[in-house]
Amino acid sequence: MRFIILFISLCISPFIFGNIIIVGKDKPINSIIKGIELAKNGDTVKVFPGLYKEGRITITKSITLIGINYPVIDGEKKVENMILSGSDIKVQGFHFIDSKHSSSNDYSAINIIDATRVIVENNKITNAHFGIHLANTTYCTINGNTILGQAVSEQSAGNGIHIWKSSYAFVTNNHIQGHRDGIYFEFVTESEIRNNKSENNIRYGLHFMFSHNNFYAYNIFRKNGAGVAVMYTHHVRMENNVFEENWGTASYAILLKDITDSKIANNKFISNTVGIFMEGCNRIAVNKNLFNKNGWAMKVQANCVDNVITNNNFKGNTFDIATNGTMVSSSFDNNYWDKYDGYDMNKDGIGDITYHPVSMYSMIIEQNPTALILLRSFMVTLLDKAEKAIPSLTPENLVDKKPKMKPFKL
Amino acid sequence: MMKLSRYVLYDILRSKIIIAYTLFLFIVSVSMFQMEEENSKAMLSLMNIILIVLPLVSLVFTTIHYYNSYEFIELMLSQPLSRKRILLSEYAGISLSLLSSFLIGVGIPVVLYAATETGMAIIFTGSALTMVFTSIAFLASVSARDKAKGIGFALLLWFYFALIYDGLVLLILFTFSDYPLEKLTLVLSALNPIDLGRIFIMLKMDVSALMGYTGALYKDFFGSSSGLLFTIGIMTVWALLPLWVALRKFKKKDL
Amino acid sequence: MIRIEHINKRFKKLKALNDISVSFEKGQVISLIGPNGSGKTTLIKSILGMAKPDSGKIYFNNECINGGFNYRNEIGYMPQIGRYPDNMKIGQLFSMLKNIRNTMEENIDNELIREFDLCPMFEKPMRTLSGGTRQKVSAAIAFLFNPPVLILDEPTAGLDPLSSEILKEKIIKEKQKGKLILITSHILSDLDELTTHVMYLQDGKMQFFKNIETLREDTGEIKLGKAIARIMKGEDPTGNFISEVLNKKI
Repeated sequence: MRFIILFISLCISPFIFGNIIIVGKDKPINSIIKGIELAKNGDTVKVFPGLYKEGRITITKSITLIGINYPVIDGEKKVENMILSGSDIKVQGFHFIDSKHSSSNDYSAINIIDATRVIVENNKITNAHFGIHLANTTYCTINGNTILGQAVSEQSAGNGIHIWKSSYAFVTNNHIQGHRDGIYFEFVTESEIRNNKSENNIRYGLHFMFSHNNFYAYNIFRKNGAGVAVMYTHHVRMENNVFEENWGTASYAILLKDITDSKIANNKFISNTVGIFMEGCNRIAVNKNLFNKNGWAMKVQANCVDNVITNNNFKGNTFDIATNGTMVSSSFDNNYWDKYDGYDMNKDGIGDITYHPVSMYSMIIEQNPTALILLRSFMVTLLDKAEKAIPSLTPENLVDKKPKMKPFKL
Repeated sequence: MMKLSRYVLYDILRSKIIIAYTLFLFIVSVSMFQMEEENSKAMLSLMNIILIVLPLVSLVFTTIHYYNSYEFIELMLSQPLSRKRILLSEYAGISLSLLSSFLIGVGIPVVLYAATETGMAIIFTGSALTMVFTSIAFLASVSARDKAKGIGFALLLWFYFALIYDGLVLLILFTFSDYPLEKLTLVLSALNPIDLGRIFIMLKMDVSALMGYTGALYKDFFGSSSGLLFTIGIMTVWALLPLWVALRKFKKKDL
Repeated sequence: MIRIEHINKRFKKLKALNDISVSFEKGQVISLIGPNGSGKTTLIKSILGMAKPDSGKIYFNNECINGGFNYRNEIGYMPQIGRYPDNMKIGQLFSMLKNIRNTMEENIDNELIREFDLCPMFEKPMRTLSGGTRQKVSAAIAFLFNPPVLILDEPTAGLDPLSSEILKEKIIKEKQKGKLILITSHILSDLDELTTHVMYLQDGKMQFFKNIETLREDTGEIKLGKAIARIMKGEDPTGNFISEVLNKKI
């Protein structure tokens, strides 16, 4: 019996543990490419610190490549640093610098193509055109990478993590900044995006299209040129994310265009020009979010139908809700609005008169943006009060019939 | 100069109105911070007080005080004192007492509850508007011969600066909405100290909204250090110019 | 000491001062008389710089006053109706004025304060005072700094006979020190004993400025009041008395 176990483990061990190949500048094998060449499926290549200028490194075998103390893989601005294709590849602990830049092709520091079960973990990528590029992959994990770009213009810059036509991707614990879009998805499904921080990108912190059934949680999107924009997608879940300080003329903490059957819950929208901008959105549940110090907490265009906005806290926003029409077919009941000045006679915690979250002046500004300069003037306050008494400009049915007296504890 | 101002100050303190005003500001500020869970909402109410009540009180109080101290001015005029010194002492006395009322009534609660940038902007704007409207009130008082006319004139000015002016601006914005008016509105806002103060506070309070649309232009301008200097400069002009004109009139006036 | 040259002052339609030229010297006690609204107070206020003449010049010690104020160091002024800040106490009023003038204590003339017995009232606010007491305060202020020129606008109006007498004594005392004293009044008899010169204004025009002796001789009246009355009824009210005044050695 003992013999059999020993025999089996001896047979399997190369597959489980594999051989270890050491690469180092002062070691017998001093090139990563050589190390990879020597490795067989299941082997591990360990790379000691040093500067490796080897042109393009391609891995198609199922091996693990581990950098010790961040060996530097330099693309010298001439090549893509690494291409991964195949299955069960793991790349960990490297510092990728200076990948090839181009304004016509999507060159990247790590290019993962036609692959499955690839793990790219705890790497640093600096000054890349695209950081990590995935195309046609399944079950890939991008975890704990730091991707710092130096993008200057939208045309010449690439994305931090760019995924195209993939499914079951896990993008976790990454920190991306200084790219065009922090995270970009197109035709990506059944994926999870968790705990990433995407900030100071030129365009969007997160940008996806046609990417259904994905789950976004605990991410932070800060100070991106145009915030977050997501389009043409259904069944998205976004929970516990933080959207902060996305400022600009066309900047939205999150822009939802043609998004349906989705859920946006427990997020914090703080100090954005616009918290949520909704256009052509149906059946989105917006629950338990905090909207604080935004210019506009939400802009809901008239072509949005059957969205339910409930149990949210609206605090310290310049405008709570703005809209461009008079027809509203979404529900805004049961939120806390700090601008609500109604009363609660029966002490059930719900205000006895309805709240109109659209102020008249926000309608005026929609028509004439320059008039923003008169915001908070005495005259505008009077206009708003008059409008509250006799609504004429603001949509009559955009009301919260059950405004909370006290904020929710979120 | 301070010698005379001291007597003016003393006289104002004796009248107890200024103490009532201080208490009013203090109670309102503190109760706002106590009542509202969110400081931002309290700040908003405070901002309204500063932009509406403060100019009104400054104008009316100064005008009434000027006419009430006519005897004092007459007495001083028979003394070897220049008219300039007499008027400036009056201005210093009144503006300092109104200013200290404001700093005690609003400044202290703001510092205690919300020593934020918005809070500082509120304190700055309130102080500036006090000086400005005291100055404007002097012009009104020196120009009008009797008390009723003077107070009427002061109220009219308040109405103009607080309400009518903005109405006119809105009218212009809508009449010429096809033209790029951002620069013009920038200039227009500088021509009304209340608007200028409001924008100054707004830059801190509604920075998110201002970053959108045309707001970015205002933000770029007023938010820069040159914008701050511009605001301080215009406020100073608003505080000095009416006083200077009042002084010229006062020098030529028969008393 | 004070020289007025061709001053004019107009309040809308009313011509308050009409080309007045006159010269006052040390040691003179001038009675400035005339009916109500004849321009007496306006003339005084012009000298004090409180009213600004439309044209003409006023010289004080040969210096044009022209908006200056230091010359007022040498003038004590008692207004017709003393109006003071309501909330100020009498004591404070005096200390404030002393403070403003920066005068040494030994140059302060407290005699009237003493004589009028104002000290016990030092803690009373001005608004509680009667008209007479205010007048006393005004008088005390005028004499307080021992100025070489005194301008007293209706000094005895509203004073009780006793106080009136005290004030008169004081004026005489100052006269003896060789001060220039300018008094307006229409209670003529009061001034008889003090006056050295009479200036008579009517409708903003100076009708005459005469030495009292000359006046008595001219009219044959001993009493000043009667002398004036004769002039007022005067055969020639528009007569040019100014040349007469200027020509005559006073």
